[in-house]
Amino acid sequence: MATRRPYMRPMAGWWRRNPFYLFYMLRESTAVFVTLYALQLLYGVYTLTVGQAAFEAWLARLQHPVYIVFHALALAAALLHAFTWFNVAPKAMPALYLGTRRVSDRTVVRVQFVIFFVVSAIMLGVALGG
Amino acid sequence: MAEQSMPNQSLNQSSQRSLKRSNEPVFWALFGAGGVVAAFLLPAVILITGLAAPLGIPSPELFSYERASAFASSWAGALFLFIVISLSLWHGLHRVYHSSHELGIHRGPLLSVIRLVCYGTALGGTVLSAYWLIAAL
Repeated sequence: MATRRPYMRPMAGWWRRNPFYLFYMLRESTAVFVTLYALQLLYGVYTLTVGQAAFEAWLARLQHPVYIVFHALALAAALLHAFTWFNVAPKAMPALYLGTRRVSDRTVVRVQFVIFFVVSAIMLGVALGG
Repeated sequence: MAEQSMPNQSLNQSSQRSLKRSNEPVFWALFGAGGVVAAFLLPAVILITGLAAPLGIPSPELFSYERASAFASSWAGALFLFIVISLSLWHGLHRVYHSSHELGIHRGPLLSVIRLVCYGTALGGTVLSAYWLIAAL
């Protein structure tokens, strides 16, 4: 029994073999950007407690091209996360009813996109509108 | 009674082990809540703090220390920042932790280290963001 060595199908790099799996891993990788961005924002909050000089040094560092590229990638990752999240939501949540009629999956997805655009417009308006 | 009727001791132990209450639902709930927050709020928040603020678009005065700290020290602003930071961390790090399975790490000490680092960072970020935001109130 000790010498028994059953054949195990090699699994290394499995997700590169099929576009569906590749997209799955791309979706999961958005979590890396979500995490790094949250830590970056946490550091920004910390600089606010230290004082004006620390906050301005943080903002100045964010002007570096590496940070600009990082935030552009993080924005793309957040958008991909939002798109995939809204699309799986009807499969992950209990069925919704309006009266006796079941709300269709397509309606659930569309309503989330509408809320997303309204909420985003409000945030951008408040932050950038002055 | 079920234990007494079980003839095989090792089977008995393994069935008891599998009945141990899992803490996964707690982490999944935080992952789900964080997923909603990240989906609805993060694109605009990243656009504001990561691109508009450092580039000074539409104007650098909008991102002054006075305005940022007024926002962070308001009750609503602090709550907003706390929710965005802590739930994004719980969401992102739960997903990162579960990706170790996809990358071939299924069990063992390495997985325990990854779990500790992921959930430890999420918990640490939650505590620190609450501490700093309350200190600034």
